[in-house]
Amino acid sequence: MTDLAASAIPEPERRTAPVRPAGRGRRIAGRVLVYVALLIGSAITLFPFVWLIRSSLMGPAQIFSYPIEWIPAPFRWSNYQEALESVPFRRYLFNTMRIEFLVVTGTLITSTIAAFAFARLRWRGRNLIFGILLSGLMLPYAATLIPTFIFWQEVGAVGTIVPLVVPAWFGGGVFNIFLLRQFFMSIPRELDEAAYLDGATPLEVLRRIILPLSKPALIVVAVFTFISVWNDFLGPLIYLSDSDQYTLALGLRSFSSLYTAQWDLLMAASTAMILPIVVLFFLAQRYFVEGITLTGIKG
Amino acid sequence: MAIGIPLRDQRADGTGRSRRRSSSGMERMERRWGIALGLPAMLGFLAFTIGPMLASAWISLTDWNIYTGANFIGVDNYNEMFTGDPLFWQSLWVTLYYAFASVPLVLLTGFAAAMLLNADVRGKSIFRTIFYLPVLVPLIANTVLWTWLFNPDFGLFNSLLEQFSLPTSQWLYDPSTVIPSLILMAVWGFGNATVIFLAGLQGVPTHLYEAVEVDGGGWWQKLRNVTLPMMTPTIFFNLVIGMIGAFQSFVEAYSMTNGGPNNSSLFYVLYLYRTAFSESRMGYASALSWFLFVIILVLTVLIFRSARSWVYYEDNTR
Repeated sequence: MTDLAASAIPEPERRTAPVRPAGRGRRIAGRVLVYVALLIGSAITLFPFVWLIRSSLMGPAQIFSYPIEWIPAPFRWSNYQEALESVPFRRYLFNTMRIEFLVVTGTLITSTIAAFAFARLRWRGRNLIFGILLSGLMLPYAATLIPTFIFWQEVGAVGTIVPLVVPAWFGGGVFNIFLLRQFFMSIPRELDEAAYLDGATPLEVLRRIILPLSKPALIVVAVFTFISVWNDFLGPLIYLSDSDQYTLALGLRSFSSLYTAQWDLLMAASTAMILPIVVLFFLAQRYFVEGITLTGIKG
Repeated sequence: MAIGIPLRDQRADGTGRSRRRSSSGMERMERRWGIALGLPAMLGFLAFTIGPMLASAWISLTDWNIYTGANFIGVDNYNEMFTGDPLFWQSLWVTLYYAFASVPLVLLTGFAAAMLLNADVRGKSIFRTIFYLPVLVPLIANTVLWTWLFNPDFGLFNSLLEQFSLPTSQWLYDPSTVIPSLILMAVWGFGNATVIFLAGLQGVPTHLYEAVEVDGGGWWQKLRNVTLPMMTPTIFFNLVIGMIGAFQSFVEAYSMTNGGPNNSSLFYVLYLYRTAFSESRMGYASALSWFLFVIILVLTVLIFRSARSWVYYEDNTR
């Protein structure tokens, strides 16, 4: 979640200082250096991905060959099928999507309501309370892990998805409230006031005025939340014990401990888990820019 | 968690403005609804943050395990931690080593990349996306991938080193290289810091650079006298967030090394996890978790304190 928040920062406007060093030759040399550094940096960054995909398409003989071979011959697309069928990934996908649905819905509904209360309604103590909520972002999750676990155990909810889902229905995370609050505050207050004079209730104002104007921010929150659920490992690890309930993250982990040396299949399964997130990121990039520009995260 | 940056411009807040139209009826209506609609979030905070924090303080003073329930034993858990538990010290050392090495390296790499991207280059958004891609990889998939990259016999790194006739390494399988290996893996995720730095660089006023140019300064003077001072708030923000994150690393060690070899990658949270969920020693694990909380708190306070001397805020409105 943290990570994506950052990526959401908009494409910077061109406000770089006009570079006017002494000589033209030096300037060109500087430019070339910058591009060379960027290209090398990109190559190094992409290298593990190349290794990942190349390994996922190779046969067991080729993958262990020395010196390294880079092009699979032949391309073994069947690795993907084999990997995804060797453990019940379909089941894991279903389990993950069920949690996704419940968490994303809960987060959207309750963080919107909370953000509305903290951004658009004036009541004494709201800024103080919001500050206290924000301070929670600094708390290490490890500090609350054990009592929370004991609580769910006493309630008899360990072994179900309840502990993974219910917190999302209580505010949906301070960060999301913060993000939506920033967004809501950018909408002119006169709109609300006019509606109140016409006798509207706050919920109607939220539904008819605020929500239709906040689509980009809501999409950003939904995407952040979706990705954090998709990636969550510790939560399912602690609360889900039955392999029938495993999420994709747990499934990949158990797959990797069962098929230790079968790197071709492991890489295929990993690629299959990474790909949806990358695709989602590209699809939502536009909204990230739009959503965050308006929330005022400009540095 | 990008709070550090945005908190600076919260001017849209309605409270400060004069309220010409508000009647007392409107005020009451807003107060009632405000509290009612804010309530679920406040309850959630009490139930899932404050409550557990307090509960964990109490549990840390008991010998609670899942089977026998809790007996109050005072500070025995803390005594045991500090005087009778070498694994506690080992995990603390490992975690400090990892955090203090990986965070600065990630920030340095991230900053360098941001500087390059900020140099008005073509294809900036493509480079930015490439640098950001590793951040998108789910951590568990990342650990599977890097275990393979680090494989001593057939992994990418050793194969490359061998090809160039360079000495190879045992990477994750040698107590002396396992943490450096995990640090290398962490540095691969520098793209997150880059994006935050890039946003910060946009806020550096152009006229400051022009002033340096008028004085005949080159890129080094610009970096030294303008960029770095103006970027200190962003560096500060990345440092705090990075440290809090690094201290809580868990999945890497859990999935790649299981704390080994010879406990040389026994991250603090992994040790905590084992104590709580393999040995069911909830009391002792709570003591561990409170101590972690204190470390992170002290560290954050220290960074905040030191910030007064090295972080520069243009407007003193904070």
